[in-house]
Amino acid sequence: MTAAVGEALGVGRLGPRAGEVIDREAPLRFRWDGRDFAAYRGDTIVSGLLAAGVKVFSRSFKYHRPRGVLSASFLDPGCTVQVGDEPNVRGAHRRVEPGMDVRPQNVWPSLRYDLKSANQLVGRFLGAGFYYKTFIKPERLWPAYEQVLKRFATGGRVSPGTPHGFYDKRYAHPDVLVAGGGPAGMAAALAAAGAGATVMLVEEHYELGGHLRYGGAAQLAALEELRAAVAAEAGIEVLTNSVVTGRYDDNWVAVLQRRHPDLVGGGFGPAGSPVVERLIKARTRSLVVAPGLVERPYVFEGNDLPGVMLSSAARRLVNLWAVRPGRAAVVLSANPDGDAAVEDLARAGVEIVGVLDARSGADLVRARAGRDGSLSAVELADGRSLDCDLLVTAVGWSAPTSLLNMAGDKPVYEPRAARFVPGGRQVAGVYATGGIAGDGSLDELVAHARATGAAAARGEPASSVAGLVLDAHPELFRAATHGMVDFSEDVSSKDLVSAAAEGYDSIELMKRYTTVTMGPSQGKLETVNAVAVLSEATGRSIGETGTTVWRPPYAPISLGALAGRIHEPVRHSPMQSWHEAHGARPLVAGQWIRPDHYGDPEAEVATVRERVGIIDVTPLGKLDLRGPDVPKLLNLLYVNKWSKLAVGSVRYGVMCAEDGVVLDDGVTGRLAEDRWMMSTTSSGAATVWEWAEAWLQTEHPDWAVHVTPVTTAYASINVAGPASRELLGRLCADVDISGEAFPYMNLRTATIAGVPGCWMWRIGFTGELSFEVHVPAGYGLHVWECLLAAGADLGVGAFGIEAQRIMRLEKGHFIVGQDTDGLTKALGAGLDWLVKTDKDDFVGRPELVWQDQERYQRLVGLQPLDGSVVPPESSQIVGAGDRIVGRITSSRRSPTLGRSVCLGFVDPELAEAGTVVTVLLPDRRRVPTRVMAHHAHYDPEGVRLRG
Amino acid sequence: MIRIPCPFCGPRNASEFAYKGESKSRPPVGSVTPEAWRSYLYDHDNPEGWVREGWYHRAGCRRYLRVERHTLTNEVRSVTPAARP
Repeated sequence: MTAAVGEALGVGRLGPRAGEVIDREAPLRFRWDGRDFAAYRGDTIVSGLLAAGVKVFSRSFKYHRPRGVLSASFLDPGCTVQVGDEPNVRGAHRRVEPGMDVRPQNVWPSLRYDLKSANQLVGRFLGAGFYYKTFIKPERLWPAYEQVLKRFATGGRVSPGTPHGFYDKRYAHPDVLVAGGGPAGMAAALAAAGAGATVMLVEEHYELGGHLRYGGAAQLAALEELRAAVAAEAGIEVLTNSVVTGRYDDNWVAVLQRRHPDLVGGGFGPAGSPVVERLIKARTRSLVVAPGLVERPYVFEGNDLPGVMLSSAARRLVNLWAVRPGRAAVVLSANPDGDAAVEDLARAGVEIVGVLDARSGADLVRARAGRDGSLSAVELADGRSLDCDLLVTAVGWSAPTSLLNMAGDKPVYEPRAARFVPGGRQVAGVYATGGIAGDGSLDELVAHARATGAAAARGEPASSVAGLVLDAHPELFRAATHGMVDFSEDVSSKDLVSAAAEGYDSIELMKRYTTVTMGPSQGKLETVNAVAVLSEATGRSIGETGTTVWRPPYAPISLGALAGRIHEPVRHSPMQSWHEAHGARPLVAGQWIRPDHYGDPEAEVATVRERVGIIDVTPLGKLDLRGPDVPKLLNLLYVNKWSKLAVGSVRYGVMCAEDGVVLDDGVTGRLAEDRWMMSTTSSGAATVWEWAEAWLQTEHPDWAVHVTPVTTAYASINVAGPASRELLGRLCADVDISGEAFPYMNLRTATIAGVPGCWMWRIGFTGELSFEVHVPAGYGLHVWECLLAAGADLGVGAFGIEAQRIMRLEKGHFIVGQDTDGLTKALGAGLDWLVKTDKDDFVGRPELVWQDQERYQRLVGLQPLDGSVVPPESSQIVGAGDRIVGRITSSRRSPTLGRSVCLGFVDPELAEAGTVVTVLLPDRRRVPTRVMAHHAHYDPEGVRLRG
Repeated sequence: MIRIPCPFCGPRNASEFAYKGESKSRPPVGSVTPEAWRSYLYDHDNPEGWVREGWYHRAGCRRYLRVERHTLTNEVRSVTPAARP
């Protein structure tokens, strides 16, 4: 160890304390603001720096005032720092690690010479609503304002090069979950486990114990006993440095587990990498809320100076980290905790300059800063002024009732105890114990916690446990001067008073207007003071003023923890290995990864148009329908008629929703008297299945129909092109596939390439003679390779989605969702010929009957007069005055026709063949475009298809 | 997250289900007026209190269920198959 390190460890460090959490055998070095510092293992960033004499850890949010320690806890608003690439680290909570690079945030250019602290000088201009009022007009300056505000309101910095941390999730099902690992939480967990329950005990700090950790000998002895009992109880899982962030319906509880040394990335993250955070989703039968109490700051002028802190902060610093928080102290005490702080400080060698007993009316007026910007003196109400560098206040406690509020309870104000307490609404499975539930001796609190834990384990109501009493406590919120209420957001009591005068006199309005309680400590330190100041300003009581609503999350949670481990399953067809080996460019289509093309989609089109091509269409939705009532189902779901479809035939159908909007399309064929195969679009496979089930289960449970999704049970291959019959014939011996024996829109079961149990239908999305074969999935690759091998002399080749899209557009086949949208009713899509309104009923029928009388846009084939222009999809079609009269839905260059071809919607007056409309391109060019007589640009008569 | 006691699978997280909205009777398609039909399509009561609504157990038994739920407390008091009588 160097001399410098030794010195740094000595400056504010006390001799050994009974309950200290530092390891004096393990000194370590870290960096703060570019300089070397030393600390012990077990120190927080802030305790290590305080011991080395650092007093200022940040500049405040709005006025850039220097800030030191206030609460020495996770909530401490002035101790937020940057650690390496990680912004917004709670420096009074995070343990320091060897080599840590810690920097201050919100300073410019440096912590010591912060130019933005000029804001302090103009503080009177930055009152409530300053930003709203100042940066609102003119609107054209908003981008400039944004730059200014960004500079002034920065948090930490995230580097785009920061490596991704490893985050994880876990599901848990404890019988009892205890939020808070102080004496009450430990006792409740022990009693619950003793009653046979599995228990999860969650503690925000690094160790169990709560306030016992920084207490005297009796408290430390009690702590040892409780800790030993918890460690010996196999039924309790202890999570430290973890926090319950929310309670949701039916006791669904979110627990954030922060960087634990024992959490490593296993096989998922980089080898040995630590898990940064883990989100635990716990479903618990009983939730015991035992968070203890949070000490409340006092509002007075100068209450945010470095050197002014809470009694619990002073006691933590002295007793946990053996840090002397100052040399000469004034203590304002209204309770035994303040008195204990006086004793702790005296024992630590701090000179006690004065003790103000608020219970007998003593008070202070303001704190004054010295030349270094931190506390130098306190002015008292009796006119005296005391020089000091430490001012400790103990003016009361707040109950963090968040989790109870999330369960439906509303806190009520108890003036005698000067704090809000749980409202007493009984929610099944939710219990409260410890300081949040009331006061008492340690024994009384532990007894209450034990009874509560046992009731929680047995599922007995919370009301079965005798309640705790509330001790009297003076109501102390603000001195005669104004000071900070919200240290995170720099909102003073003066701001709140003027906001109330402006009319923002309800606590919820005031919160949103002034941002009080909206900063990183989220009201846990400051809500009650805000309520008290508002009550004072309005003349209402604190109870009448009420408090704000507590919502999840209770503690900050990173986006990484919410996202968790990336888990996105993808689907591949059985032919994926072939696609990858042959240079397929992947196309992401929902969960499916499909071959978009194999290098040259236009050449693939030529293969199909001139010879024969095969495409993997496995994602095509396939539903196996069985039973005597299938025709009834088809007649209901499809807009056309299905009763007379013969065995061995297929038919095209379109489904609409009840609003008449096109939902899906596909062909359905009849394999046998009572067996049908329905195909859906690839993206609609799941939807249509649910849709069919919905109608069968809710409206027609009497129909005998069984629906089985078989999308992935079969690999699907479309064999298309003039030579497709020749090719398929070579592999299919048991079915006559000649044009006479197997005409267009028919289906057959067959043995293909030696694989029995295949079925195939003659349809043609591409517009060519084509056969779609469906092969038991395990043989998909085998049949695919056999087709390629058998057709080598025919010039067979694989084609991808892009070639298929080009060919279907040449042929004018629309795609649901591409050429239709959420407003396209069936008639608009050009399906007049298909919709049979003479059927008694089908889904969407009423709307389609009425659509006939409505004015609606029509889907038409379109060709730019200049065939070399390919309008981008979604280009608008404009009329007089650039009024939008339509849009392009699909557009491609047709290699077959050597020109651009489109589908699009136009107003009905423009749907007449031969009309020339104007397509407006994104680059403002106007392209005269002709409306065609057919959707099909290629072979509109369908000669090739039926060949 | 609320739990729904599926009559076929037992109590399960709501995330296993798809919410299908208020349970309504489909008007007779032969005689319905546009007003009545569109009210069926688009008007929802959204009361504070007990509602009857459809839930589909998508990640479970794949049954459509009729659930009686209190919109204020999320209490579920009955879950039955959704078949209309």
